[in-house]
Amino acid sequence: MSASHSTAPVASDHQAEVVARVKAIESIMIEKGLMTTEAVDRLAEIYENEVGPQLGAKVVARAWTDPVFKARLLENASTACAEMGIGGLQGEDMVAVEDTDDLHHVIVCTLCSCYPWPVLGLPPNWYKQPAYRSRMVREPRKVLREEFGYAVADDVEVRVWDSSSELRYWVLPQRPEGTDGWSAEQLEALVTRDSMIGVGAPKAAQ
Amino acid sequence: MNGLHDLGGKDGLGAVAPPPEEPVWKAEWEKHAHAMFPLAFRAGFFGVDSFRYGMEQIEPVEYLTSTYYEHWVHSVTHHGVRLGHLDPEEIEKRTQYYLENPDAPLPEGQDPDGELVAFIEAVIPAGATAARPGEKAPAFAVGDRVTVVNEVPKGHTRRAGYVRGRTGTVIMAHGEMIYPDTAGNDLGEAPEHVYTVQFTNAELWGEESAEPNGTVTFDVWEPYIVPATAQETAA
Repeated sequence: MSASHSTAPVASDHQAEVVARVKAIESIMIEKGLMTTEAVDRLAEIYENEVGPQLGAKVVARAWTDPVFKARLLENASTACAEMGIGGLQGEDMVAVEDTDDLHHVIVCTLCSCYPWPVLGLPPNWYKQPAYRSRMVREPRKVLREEFGYAVADDVEVRVWDSSSELRYWVLPQRPEGTDGWSAEQLEALVTRDSMIGVGAPKAAQ
Repeated sequence: MNGLHDLGGKDGLGAVAPPPEEPVWKAEWEKHAHAMFPLAFRAGFFGVDSFRYGMEQIEPVEYLTSTYYEHWVHSVTHHGVRLGHLDPEEIEKRTQYYLENPDAPLPEGQDPDGELVAFIEAVIPAGATAARPGEKAPAFAVGDRVTVVNEVPKGHTRRAGYVRGRTGTVIMAHGEMIYPDTAGNDLGEAPEHVYTVQFTNAELWGEESAEPNGTVTFDVWEPYIVPATAQETAA
């Protein structure tokens, strides 16, 4: 099978049409006082520089080093993250699910593209496309192994969380081996976006 | 609605092919499309459930071949026109104008006090929870065996096809939250209890076709489920 048609480049004339249409709608909204380019720029800046997977990494690293915090995180991820000033839009009610030696979690949204923005930022394109949304509930081991190079052992349960409600799930991955005595700041650098989606492991200790 | 957006378990949609790195925005217009979601929400175009329903009504082939932010633009247009915030003829006229004059600037902003920037800065950290704690007693509890009713409404719903008629176990109870089957169809919030139900892969895909040692969880609102035995008796 060739690459999904959904990932094919969009024809340039179509792209020009989309650009013009977005401008047309925005121009009407601006004239009605409902939108400004300043508001667009501020939103873009927030998701480029302020809200992204570096925040989730801070939470995970703290959970790895602070068992009492980890217990609070697993009890109520939204209130635990709020202690660190993390939370908000598309993560009002979050649930962190913990990987163990015999259980691996992965998140998906088959009906749209729900994703925990406050801890992971905006979703990567593949997360929003039909291939991932359709296949992750049906053949997660195969998708993890063949598409992400992440093989889950046969004796480890793969649990796929389909984010069908406003609950936003994300994965607390296992702390990498060989990191005894590391500080939370050192551990943060090992936590990847993909490890919190469940499609990859954290980086190995160097 | 039993639409093409309901992708769980569909085959033949190709490779995921994740790139090693990608920017937050693939093009400048995506920033503007994204900002329309909170700003049109503020202006009363939609709530999140209606916003999703707008995307579900995209023509099916277009749904599969267009990008995420094109879906957003479609829903903003759908609700903006439906509720009279946007004039469809004006959209077409201006689209043609910007196609012929791609470098033409946008109009001057009408927000001298910076209220829209302040709104963006407030809504992103605050969000808007769908939780609606209430007095209604939950009908189910963690550990209950439940079956998803085989009901296929025409309007907005989160009843995914691949869990309809399937039996699983309640593993979490989340309290009452806005009910998408009403909120997404202009019928109000009508909160219902939400539960996470865990299904075995074999229950969803059959013993022979399912991957081994795996489960899928799906969040349901109380009207989506019945006690497993009641469904079996009725069947």
